[in-house]
Amino acid sequence: MTKTIKNVICTFCGTLCDDLEVDVTDDGKKILQVRNACAIGAEKYLHVGNPGRVVVPRMRQADGTYKDISYDEAIDFTAKTLLKAKKPLFYGWSSTNCEAISAGNVLAEKTGGVIDNCATVCHGSSLLAIQDTGVPSCTLGEVKNRADRIIFWGCNPAHAHPRHMSRYSIFPRGFFTAKGQKGRKIICVDCRETDTAKVADTFVRIKQSYDYEIIDAFRTVLRGEEIPAEVGGVPAEKIKEVIEILKSGRFVTLFFGMGLTHTLGRNHNIDEAINFIRDLNDYTKAVLIAMRGHYNVTGAGQVLGWQYGYPFACDLSRLTMARHNPGETTSVDLLVRHEVDACVVIASDLAAHFPFEATRVMASIPTITIDPHISMSTELSDLHIPVAIVGVEVGGCCYRMDNVPIETRKCVDAPEGVLEDEELFNRITKRVDEILAENGVKDASEYLAKLEQET
Amino acid sequence: MTEYIIKNGHVFDAVTGHKGDVADVCMKDGKIVDKVSNSATVIDATGKTVMGGALDVHTHVAGPKVNLGRWYRPEDKFRLGERCSAKIDPKTKIEGGFSIPTVYKTGYEYARMGFAFLMEAAMPPLYSRHTHEEIRDTPIVDEAAMPVFGNNWFMFEYLKNGEIDNAAAYVAWMLRQTKGYGIKCVNPGGSEAWAWGLNCMTVNDPVPYFEITPKEIIAGLITTNEELHLPHSVHLHSNNLGNPGNYTTTLDSLKIAEDFKPNNNFGRKTVLHHTHIQFHSYGGTGWGDFESKSKEVMDYVNKTPQISIDSGSVTLDETTTMTADGPFEYHLGALNHLKWGNVDVELETSSGVVPYVYDPKVKVCDIQWAIGLEVPLFAADPMRTMITTDHPNAGPFTRYPRLYAWLMDKKYRDDLLNSFKYATKVIDATYLAEIDREISLYELSQMTRAGPAQVLGLSGSMGGLAPGMNANVAIYNINPDNMQKGIELENAFARSAYFFKDGVKVVENGVVLDADPVVKKTYWVNAKVPENKQVMHDINEKFLKYYSVNLDNYEVIDHYVPHQEIIEV
Repeated sequence: MTKTIKNVICTFCGTLCDDLEVDVTDDGKKILQVRNACAIGAEKYLHVGNPGRVVVPRMRQADGTYKDISYDEAIDFTAKTLLKAKKPLFYGWSSTNCEAISAGNVLAEKTGGVIDNCATVCHGSSLLAIQDTGVPSCTLGEVKNRADRIIFWGCNPAHAHPRHMSRYSIFPRGFFTAKGQKGRKIICVDCRETDTAKVADTFVRIKQSYDYEIIDAFRTVLRGEEIPAEVGGVPAEKIKEVIEILKSGRFVTLFFGMGLTHTLGRNHNIDEAINFIRDLNDYTKAVLIAMRGHYNVTGAGQVLGWQYGYPFACDLSRLTMARHNPGETTSVDLLVRHEVDACVVIASDLAAHFPFEATRVMASIPTITIDPHISMSTELSDLHIPVAIVGVEVGGCCYRMDNVPIETRKCVDAPEGVLEDEELFNRITKRVDEILAENGVKDASEYLAKLEQET
Repeated sequence: MTEYIIKNGHVFDAVTGHKGDVADVCMKDGKIVDKVSNSATVIDATGKTVMGGALDVHTHVAGPKVNLGRWYRPEDKFRLGERCSAKIDPKTKIEGGFSIPTVYKTGYEYARMGFAFLMEAAMPPLYSRHTHEEIRDTPIVDEAAMPVFGNNWFMFEYLKNGEIDNAAAYVAWMLRQTKGYGIKCVNPGGSEAWAWGLNCMTVNDPVPYFEITPKEIIAGLITTNEELHLPHSVHLHSNNLGNPGNYTTTLDSLKIAEDFKPNNNFGRKTVLHHTHIQFHSYGGTGWGDFESKSKEVMDYVNKTPQISIDSGSVTLDETTTMTADGPFEYHLGALNHLKWGNVDVELETSSGVVPYVYDPKVKVCDIQWAIGLEVPLFAADPMRTMITTDHPNAGPFTRYPRLYAWLMDKKYRDDLLNSFKYATKVIDATYLAEIDREISLYELSQMTRAGPAQVLGLSGSMGGLAPGMNANVAIYNINPDNMQKGIELENAFARSAYFFKDGVKVVENGVVLDADPVVKKTYWVNAKVPENKQVMHDINEKFLKYYSVNLDNYEVIDHYVPHQEIIEV
């Protein structure tokens, strides 16, 4: 016998599709089949039962081999490591639920750490631009129901967000968009012809890193001013044509990805894009939405926002106030300047994505990685604590790329004994409290002062 | 649980009728009681003012637009002079932010001022999980949130066709799904029109495509509200907010309530609550001849017992405006050229966020400030007139003490009025200089305690000090026999001598003690209606076709609302 769990939320990308159907065995232990998911999402569910899963914490030995230890030992090691550190870094959070992020923030505040999430190497520049300029946006359902002009800029949902185009942006028929794709004009701006560009009505191929100039030209044309015959590899006629398409629309949506946030100009590109959309509102309705990658990177920023007031790169090391100064309190900068003396990588893979120098520093300081899988980060860590997989073995809240929160569902049991992220953090915090009490000190700064006195 | 007896304080309470006379207040097991045993802890309140815990009838402290405000205004945390970030006590969490404080600071600051209950005034239903997550993390204070209905596609259809039973069934379903408290209506029809870049500026402007007018929406919502017997009336932010000459739209909106009578078992006597009425009491044809029309609006409110209002008083600060009135925020952004945040929510609403500086050197801001004070000063019935700043729109809630001091001390407000650069013009355009009234402590207790409790349908448990009510008690270092004035009065309200939340001592001498023992509760209304197959069919169909989430993933499950106080209707 099998049972089918419906309306399962896919915890792969920021699209957070919520219509998956998962067949599981009657005992709730094994996933048999996944329907409605994209290839990547389906694999996330189907690979859970694969052999070789790490189910107990692993401590690295002096000779480089790993030794299995108990969760209690792992928790004790983590608590002591964090308390001994002057400024521990808590990086990641984008592939776990908001409950775990919240519990982790409590631990970071207790131990005077810096909390940063994947936005720091992803849409952090978008967030900086939003801090400068604002953000005219909407939910994805609005796009489905109203948008007749869609721009994909520096993103390739055909590969990175496989069901985005069918659920929200190109193909779906909505209330005011009964013709689906036929009623929409799709524009793709990119420096290469991606698979997304192939389904677009208009492809604007630009010279790499000329995004700012192109948007600026768009804004100039929109205001009725003249531009040079060619900007960033795009003829003026093409730019004027695109602007005419947009102005004639009723509802314009700009989706943008790493191709815009990480080309030359970074946050200034987004700043310009936001102002372009703002300008377009003089003619028609226009909004923009960031193509957030990990399924809950948005939620990581949300929780940090309501608890400490900043979406990423939040420094709690003063224990009395939260600080946010990108360039100073961002993970890569902290690592390459050797400002952090311990590191917790949680629900993401620092080593796979950070510059080599930052990764090298991470490998040289005490590092604990909390992740269900083996990754480059776990292999460079002193301790790897496995946890249950959110959206497959644990429920909890996650935020879609348009900031809509959705409760994920548990489909199968986690391997016996494997903890959930939230519980793990609560237990580490409890152990930190115990150590502080044992030493008769009230917070991490007093503990450090005591340690220094003793040595 | 510890018993307390508060002795010798001057008690101000509209529920028990105390008007500053010396009386004892007893607490046991989280409730106010007649008497306590000899082992009760004695709190000496000699020479102090004792009131119930305050209620904020309209504030924006949790949800997506609030958090966007936090996200995109790092500069809001840099005002250390306003105690934005400095942590006071090791048992509390790090606090941050001024106009859009973090959830921790929100809970602590309200508690320091003696507040026990907050109404989050606009919850987009699709984002209700987010709102409840923030509410869950806000310490100490009880909260509730109102989902918005004024631009909801379902409501448009039902109200246009006069299907009140269907509208009621839908509202009841939505309150259960979102764990919401009542019917909020923001810029009826206008926020939907904003999805096409348009607006509804009068009560008769039809909503594009849906062909229903704001007048029909407001009347329909009131009918629905009374059919459901909900504890709170319809909570209205009417059309044409913030524009010169808009008081006529306001009066047109208020007049809709004339035809209705309250129908509920909660002691509510009103059918319409018009919120932040300061923003809706403007005369003139432009910013040049901008003037106050608060007298005209308040005259109408005073003679219409079915209406309650809150003031939305301007505090002359730099702040962050945020509202489900999407088109207004776009226009404000176009006016001040600061950051513009906007989120349109499928089938439900829109919203916007724009920072704003109420600069005392700007005549218009000063006139707005004066109108915000005139509204409560013109109030004939303090039980129907609440004091708010529409936090953070007209100013941060942390300015309530200053607002009280302006209202209670004519010299204090006149000194400021006369200090303005364009004082003469401001005085000419407003009524404030002519008003001698000073709000008394008793009237204040009505406007901030008994009044909002009654309007919200919570008068059985909150807003007073009668035995059986929740033991929310604020004690201020204010001696009614020798009242402080001006800034001293302000400081006394800002930092209560004591604040008890549900019988737990949370604040002493303005410092938040360990907040962990306090169980903060979320109130929501479970309205029961007969099974309605038509509405469930409509819901199923619209979710299938037009929403971006499935129906089964829409409900806010109990996990998000750990301590529920369910009001069954």
